[in-house]
Amino acid sequence: MKNQRLQRMLVTSASSLLAVFVALCICAVILLITGKDPIQAYSTLFGAAGDIKVLQGTLNRATPLMISAAAVAIGFKMNLFNIGVEGQMRVSLLATAVAGAAIHLPAPLHVLFCLVVAMATGALWAAFAGWLKVKRGVNEVISTIMLNFVALSLVAWAFDAFFRVDSTTGSLLVKTKELPTSAWFPDIVDRRLNGMFFVAVLVLVLFYILVWKTKFGFQLRASGANPGASRVTGVNPKRMIMISMLLSGALAGLVGMRALLGDVHAYQNNLAEQQGFNGIAVALLGRNHPLGIFISALLFGYLGEASGRLQLIDIPKEITTIMTGIIVLAVVIINEAVKRWDDRRIQHKAALALEAVAVAA
Amino acid sequence: MTEYSRSNHQFAVELHGITKRFPGVIANHDIELLVRPATIHAIVGENGAGKSTLMKTLYGMHQPDEGTITVNGSLAQFKTPTDAIAAGIGMVHQHFMLADNLTITENIILGDEPVDGRGRINFKEARQRIETLMKSLGATFDPNTNVSELGVGQRQRVEILKVLYRGAKILILDEPTAVLVPQEVEELFTTLKRLVADGATVIFISHKLDEVLAYCDEITVIRQGTTVARTTPSQVNRRSLAELMVGSDLPDPSGRETKVGTEIQLQVTGLNLASDIVGAKLALEDINVAVHSGEIVGIAGVEGNGQFELCESILGLRSILSGSISVCGQELSHTETRDRINMGLSYIPFDRHREGLLLDAPLWENTFLGREENPALTNGPFISPRKIEADCRSIIERFGVLTPSEHVPAFALSGGNQQKLVVGREMASDPKILLAAHPTRGVDVGAQAAIWDELRHARDKGLGVLLISADLEELIGLSDRILVMFDGRITAQLDPATATPEMLGSFMTGEEQGAAQ
Amino acid sequence: MKFFKSLTTGQRTIALSLGFMLVLSIVRLFTNADDLTSSGTISSTLRVATPILLAGLAGVWAERVGIVNIGIEGMMIIGTWFGGYGAWKWGSWAGIGLAIIAGSLVGLLHALATVRFDVNHVVSGIAINILAAGTTEYLSIIFFKGQQGGGESQSPAGKGGYGQFDMPFLSGGRIGSWHSPDMMGWIEKKHNLLLLPDLAGFVRGLCSDIYIPTIVAIALVPITAYILWRTRFGLRVRSSGESPQAGESLGVPINRLRYQAMAISGGLAAFGGAYLSCVFTSTYRQGQTGGQGYIGLATTIFGNWTPFGVFRGAILFGFPSALKFRDEKNVPALLLVIAVILVAAAVVSLLKNKQLLATGLLMGAAVSAATYFLVDTVPQEFVAATPYIVTILVLAGAQQQLRPPAYAGIAYRAGENH
Repeated sequence: MKNQRLQRMLVTSASSLLAVFVALCICAVILLITGKDPIQAYSTLFGAAGDIKVLQGTLNRATPLMISAAAVAIGFKMNLFNIGVEGQMRVSLLATAVAGAAIHLPAPLHVLFCLVVAMATGALWAAFAGWLKVKRGVNEVISTIMLNFVALSLVAWAFDAFFRVDSTTGSLLVKTKELPTSAWFPDIVDRRLNGMFFVAVLVLVLFYILVWKTKFGFQLRASGANPGASRVTGVNPKRMIMISMLLSGALAGLVGMRALLGDVHAYQNNLAEQQGFNGIAVALLGRNHPLGIFISALLFGYLGEASGRLQLIDIPKEITTIMTGIIVLAVVIINEAVKRWDDRRIQHKAALALEAVAVAA
Repeated sequence: MTEYSRSNHQFAVELHGITKRFPGVIANHDIELLVRPATIHAIVGENGAGKSTLMKTLYGMHQPDEGTITVNGSLAQFKTPTDAIAAGIGMVHQHFMLADNLTITENIILGDEPVDGRGRINFKEARQRIETLMKSLGATFDPNTNVSELGVGQRQRVEILKVLYRGAKILILDEPTAVLVPQEVEELFTTLKRLVADGATVIFISHKLDEVLAYCDEITVIRQGTTVARTTPSQVNRRSLAELMVGSDLPDPSGRETKVGTEIQLQVTGLNLASDIVGAKLALEDINVAVHSGEIVGIAGVEGNGQFELCESILGLRSILSGSISVCGQELSHTETRDRINMGLSYIPFDRHREGLLLDAPLWENTFLGREENPALTNGPFISPRKIEADCRSIIERFGVLTPSEHVPAFALSGGNQQKLVVGREMASDPKILLAAHPTRGVDVGAQAAIWDELRHARDKGLGVLLISADLEELIGLSDRILVMFDGRITAQLDPATATPEMLGSFMTGEEQGAAQ
Repeated sequence: MKFFKSLTTGQRTIALSLGFMLVLSIVRLFTNADDLTSSGTISSTLRVATPILLAGLAGVWAERVGIVNIGIEGMMIIGTWFGGYGAWKWGSWAGIGLAIIAGSLVGLLHALATVRFDVNHVVSGIAINILAAGTTEYLSIIFFKGQQGGGESQSPAGKGGYGQFDMPFLSGGRIGSWHSPDMMGWIEKKHNLLLLPDLAGFVRGLCSDIYIPTIVAIALVPITAYILWRTRFGLRVRSSGESPQAGESLGVPINRLRYQAMAISGGLAAFGGAYLSCVFTSTYRQGQTGGQGYIGLATTIFGNWTPFGVFRGAILFGFPSALKFRDEKNVPALLLVIAVILVAAAVVSLLKNKQLLATGLLMGAAVSAATYFLVDTVPQEFVAATPYIVTILVLAGAQQQLRPPAYAGIAYRAGENH
């Protein structure tokens, strides 16, 4: 009967696939209404899958999405909605860019140092929201939204006032002091695929082990599933909230590292923009499971990478943003409906099995 | 509005042969209820006797499977509460349905607002109508106050006003005094007497015998889902009423040998706990309990008299005012819940859905809950699904949980099997002391017997059990000693071999208060 | 203190406003930052505050009926686009009308997801924000790209204005072809006086350069209050957000109310968006809302879920931006204003025997005042962050005074609660 779990996973996956399918259909209608050919659009969009460069770009784009989705998902597991991944990421981006450029270390240590700084600062910013919830009872959705904007302003100001270095090459783009090459995260395929991809995969693996395989993870899930039951077993809900918020913030700190350590090597405005927000959609489509997140991140990464080709046939690439929005809505609606149906199915099956036992006895 | 139309019929409400079945249970069968107009009619019975089911039938919240309802002489069929309201029946729920941030007036008129043609509320008219009603009730608050500023007694008054505002002449009050302090109880009955004097009929559900005897005109007793007597306060006294309520066929506790050891497993001394409500009296007052190894100490009492708070205090989920709690001689005052569990404390919670189970999770995760520190189920910081599943299978087998496998989610199980799973989990770690709150509530007879056997078996092997129950059969059948809790205190200690239903009934209703140990 | 408590709410508001005016006036005299209370600042505050106000009212309608609306920003974005499109095609009023219709539909979508399909309110709001951004960017390319004055991220300029006007006598408006005297303008220029020029600036600011949509938006404040607190519909809306069980047990159609209120909420938010693309400017630009929907959400909280509270919040949050907008040099004077207000608050809390709070407030005042003397300009970013910081402080510090609708954001299924 171990296939029970497998069945449940299949049902969940099917509902996510259905959501994507529904989104494709609705977008096809939108394309038709606006006078575009959906078949041509989709064949262009998905025809790019054969291109190795597109696939490498997909992995690059999926890298931050996997991490930010994990950051969101760890909160979801505890019934916490951390909308603040974007702000936590932004704070850690500037802090890491500045701290990383200020010291000199041998290469692997320097990268490690940067990652630690990123996680620490992300966690620190998330700790605000955690503190507000635990000590002052402030809903984390509101506080993280507000803190996102505070982070945005604070970072923009600090960058502008203290850390910007005017370009020597005449470029209009202002950046912070460039990181020494020892802090650069190496590319696997030069200029095409950055090594942070494997860090992201590692994050998902560790996320899986932590949440599904450890005692702590079990308590986290139990606390989210039934706070009352886990309270009487001595799990302190406030401590769990604080810990999951810190973990989520630490991951949020890592989200921007592909852009910072693997690409630009300095902080600039708009660096890694939206990558924290986009994790929410990825986590929802991936049903907060590492494998689901991995696949969803690849999907969204692919859409982002291949959407540029639509412009060649005169279709706005923003159709993929619309698709994302519809996927988010569709996946929760379908999942809720499917879960109700599946619950009834399981209950019915269990009842049948028991009847069989009773008849035998 | 002060003059209710006097009914010419002999009875305001007549129920004949009402039977209501739920899957697996017959909640009501063959109910006979006759309520005279302009009287206060009490319906008394123990928790779970079927009073609430009956009242929901009368208020149209569900339909009876058999039987007839007659209101003011004409046959009625209520599909929804709206039908009942139209027939002049109003219900004051035990849990108030009020919007806190709305004024008293707004709460009362909601859904039946006096408006002009453009949807504008005529507050003047509303106020006049409400003030007239308030006068008939003797209520004195300002109807423009927010409900959030009202005390419990006043809120109840607002609920009654809501019902009267809709023109109800037959009022059902579901355990209205459960939430009131004594002065408020008195005020409530003064109010009800006024209403009755104006011609209203009140159906009053309660298990507090002194109130019933003091204020009601007639009494119908309900036991195990059916009406067993219709009487008046002058025809009965507290003892005979308690006996009617509880019944007299209790199990014979003789013929069993006690294995009570000398070691004290759980010692509670001088425990005081503040109430959640600021300014109210203590929730627990000077509680002293000792449970020895191999002993089952039963706690009898009507629900809400401090049993829940006692369990939470022992578990360390509430910070106590004073007193000490120790398990196996070790003082617990400054330890966290988790440490107490690791020291051998175990807990079958009051409500398995709210505090016992992860309904969406498979059974094996459910049997692991709270046992994360058990080295037999883990590998260092990691859980070991293989070991946990094996452990779960052994619990399923030992407690006869009917399930296809340990991988089905908990919600797929029947209530009795869910309960067996919780009991099994709590006994699986070989605790030293078990707090068992209603261990067989909502469970079929077979599961009940299985759980009782397991409790006895573990007791014989030295487990100390604090058994909280509303089921007298369970208490007398299992306990070595019975303590009665009333109003946050332990008011009596009884020997199950000699305890009679009247004794238990009168102690539980607070009529008599014996010397606590 | 006793005297203050004896006043009615209206009188208190007036007294507090006058007190605030006095503080501004003193600071103005001290710093020579004449724009602090100039009519130009006031009328520009109104224009900056209007979209925030509308977004805040959208929040009030949604949360009062029990639905958390994180999608206000998205509904505003929809409003900016359809406002721009309508103004370009048919004129500015049509722009606003089209925006309100589109916004209501998005509001209904949010209701459909949350009420019918039980979607978590926050998730649905996020989805709406993504959808709105994607849809408007997509439509811009389809409709605006290649048009005269339009582009991938910008609409062509809208047609027609709104009959901007000045009040006669008070701010020199015309009667027929005759220029009436600008009385308030005359007083306003007497900068060395206390309070008088400030009041004149305030009145003149309200009376000059008025756009009719601004008046409509401000009128929506008392109208919302009237509907919510005086009509059957409003009472039922509030009951739905406070205790849907109570309403349902009395036969109130909770679900229908939620659709209706969400349509209103979406319409208001989109009106706010259209204000940006039709009134404040005359073109739609991508990213025009710049998070003002979230500031609206903040004013909903800051304003304690009441329309007049939202109005106060919108003015308060709009004021620094307007000041900045006119002349950056004026902004530091606000630090002194804050310092004086903090000192006043400290005195009040001392009277209430809250020494600790008073000490904190005084320290804040000291920091604020010291900053004034140390800096020449306040960075733009601080002005931008103010609404969010204030909201966090209010949530963290004054939660006891806040009364959010008890049931906002909680999943509720009609008919399953007996």
